[in-house]
Amino acid sequence: MAGPTNRMPGVDGGEKLTRHSSVYWGTNGLAVAVDDVPRVAVADFRNACVDLCTHGRHLVALCALPGAKDSADAEILAVLGGDRSGHLGFLRTSLGASREYPALTPELPQAQAFEREMFETYGIHPRGHPWLKPLRRHASLDEHTLGDRAGTPQYPFFRVDGSGVHEVAVGPVHAGIIEPGHFRFQCHGEEVLSLEIRLGYQHRGAESLFLRSSPARRLVIAESIAGDTAIGHASAYCMAMEGLGGASLPLSAHSLRGIALELERLANHIGDLGALAGDIAYLPGASYFGRLRGNFLNLLLELSGNRHGRGLLSVGGARLGLDAAMRKSFLERLRRDESELEAVANLMFNTPSVLSRFEQTGVVAVQTARDLGLVGPVARASGLQRDVRHDHPAGIFRFAHIPVTAATSGDVMARALVRWLEVQRSLTFVQKQIRELPEGPLAAKVEAALPNRMVVSLVEGWRGEIAHVAVTNEKGQLRGYKIVDPSFHNWFGLSMALRGNQISDFPVCNKSFNLSYAGHDL
Amino acid sequence: MIRALSARLRQGQQTSTRPVDALQLPERFRGRPDVAPSRCKDGCRACADACPTEALRLDPLRLDLGACLFCGACQDACPTGAIRFTNDHRLSVRGREDLLLEGDELPLAQSLDARMRRLFGRSLKLRQVSAGGCSGCEAELVALGNVVYDLGRFGIQFVASPRHADGIVVTGPVTENMEAALRKTYAAVPPPRIVIAVGACAISGGPFAGSEAARGSLPPDVPVDLYIAGCPPHPLTVLDGLLRLVGQLER
Repeated sequence: MAGPTNRMPGVDGGEKLTRHSSVYWGTNGLAVAVDDVPRVAVADFRNACVDLCTHGRHLVALCALPGAKDSADAEILAVLGGDRSGHLGFLRTSLGASREYPALTPELPQAQAFEREMFETYGIHPRGHPWLKPLRRHASLDEHTLGDRAGTPQYPFFRVDGSGVHEVAVGPVHAGIIEPGHFRFQCHGEEVLSLEIRLGYQHRGAESLFLRSSPARRLVIAESIAGDTAIGHASAYCMAMEGLGGASLPLSAHSLRGIALELERLANHIGDLGALAGDIAYLPGASYFGRLRGNFLNLLLELSGNRHGRGLLSVGGARLGLDAAMRKSFLERLRRDESELEAVANLMFNTPSVLSRFEQTGVVAVQTARDLGLVGPVARASGLQRDVRHDHPAGIFRFAHIPVTAATSGDVMARALVRWLEVQRSLTFVQKQIRELPEGPLAAKVEAALPNRMVVSLVEGWRGEIAHVAVTNEKGQLRGYKIVDPSFHNWFGLSMALRGNQISDFPVCNKSFNLSYAGHDL
Repeated sequence: MIRALSARLRQGQQTSTRPVDALQLPERFRGRPDVAPSRCKDGCRACADACPTEALRLDPLRLDLGACLFCGACQDACPTGAIRFTNDHRLSVRGREDLLLEGDELPLAQSLDARMRRLFGRSLKLRQVSAGGCSGCEAELVALGNVVYDLGRFGIQFVASPRHADGIVVTGPVTENMEAALRKTYAAVPPPRIVIAVGACAISGGPFAGSEAARGSLPPDVPVDLYIAGCPPHPLTVLDGLLRLVGQLER
């Protein structure tokens, strides 16, 4: 395995980037010495971020350098992904005691949530940020939806005034069985002029708890960042620890993790197709996809002992494997499910009433998707070729490639279609992996983490790019841990998708994103 | 139309047949553990050290199923087989202390009293409140509505307003930012009302026990009538608990 390299990637506008000597180029899942990432001036840091992001890269993470919280010197780390040569760009800058810098957001809208997070959590002030509202914190703010009249300041919702303009407030507790969040619509008649989404209700203090916890607890916290992405986040956590310990896993462990990750994707994508059908009252799709989703959760259950794959992964590999009889049974059932899924998808995607509700609804233009730094199927539905399995392959995806699926129309239809295409590709992948599953040990021993190292582990979860950033101190203990769920990148995309649409199309637009509240709120 | 009919024919009958508690879950499913303190070696604390949520008490060995995530780490760590997860999915009790498992008998939930059973026995409307739930428990509650479990046939239904509900189902470790909303939702349910805590987070904080941003359990003014253990509980586990509560399942 090649070590991290600081060679300048020579593709994708590389000639324009040679002046950014401030960037350290690393690799997904491989640790780098913290001191190898040069500390540069704020202006160079900003220029490099903006320039790289306007030439094909995107912000994977932008955070206060984990662990630097208590030092008077505030430091910021940026991680840039999407480079076609598979490299991850690392940049850092020191802000000194002032703890402020000119915000990136005006030039780089995809930084907006990251900068709000740094402001809220670390008191780092991005000067000139146009939308510096609370991200997760509710304390000290008026609980507007809960009728507090104590005179505390209102959460500053964006408002549209004018004749015939009205406001619709929904949440935090929703009508269905779903996580809490607050949606504030500014409408003119049925038309949505603006949708603002206020989150934070789910904030469980996951990151700070993570640092205080035992390794065993960290794994179960990772599995609970977003419960429908237990495998995705657990994979990212395990990869980070394995990177810090310099471990090399047996191929069988990589393969099993790949199988589990794709089963998770299958269950969720199929569930989403069913839920989309449900939201337009197309009941055959809702019922059939709803049931078929369960079949994939049940496969995960048989593999791991839990319908969501909890308990399957360990730092170093996997705890459970598949014997010959299970592989045979899995393959038979996958073949049957594949044919049933095809029948249901053919039915749904050939029904005019379905198409008329999906097409041209909730359009996100490719430039909007790029500006906001969207990830996952949502980004691919708008035409961005962005997939960690392809761009930053790690584990089994270095050996077995899944083609990137993309559509161009950016509407609900495209988001549904991308899911269906990914279902088919994941099915092919899972069956191939099960057929070719190597024998041998399921896990390797992982050495203690090296001191003063930093690792970024990326996993393409079913919602998109999952990033974990881990930093060790001089004793090799975790001194910082940053978690970025794909939802963190994508919530603003939903707001943009609603503009100019009818408010009655909100449910189907929302379902076509299906973002995690808990993953965002941490 | 022909296509729709042919797909419908192909789907056939998918709903699980009654009694639902006769369904067998796969061998690897980690349900109710068997705890055998007699097998413990003196001074051994391998299971307690392996447990991510401090769910194990020693001398004698007891397992708090309210904190247990059913991850199986203790079973892997135990040198003598004193803890073994069975595939028994029935994990619902009426009292918090009933979740402290010693041996292999869990005092499964008794039904509501005769008056409440008369009200809710054949029609129970519930409002769900996710108070920091990661969507694991929520997903399993949603799954109860699919054609396989078909919760509606038992007269149990999730409704869109607390005003229409007979009780609430709470998931998640009750985050600081959801505590007020949880209380208000509960207050909006007309009494008599019931409260059901689903999953390790709502019962003990689960993986988030000890977080400064969450309570780690329901507040005392939202008294719990039914605890359903698991992380998340299997849909059959939830169904079993609900049916026991309303007296549709007695064994």
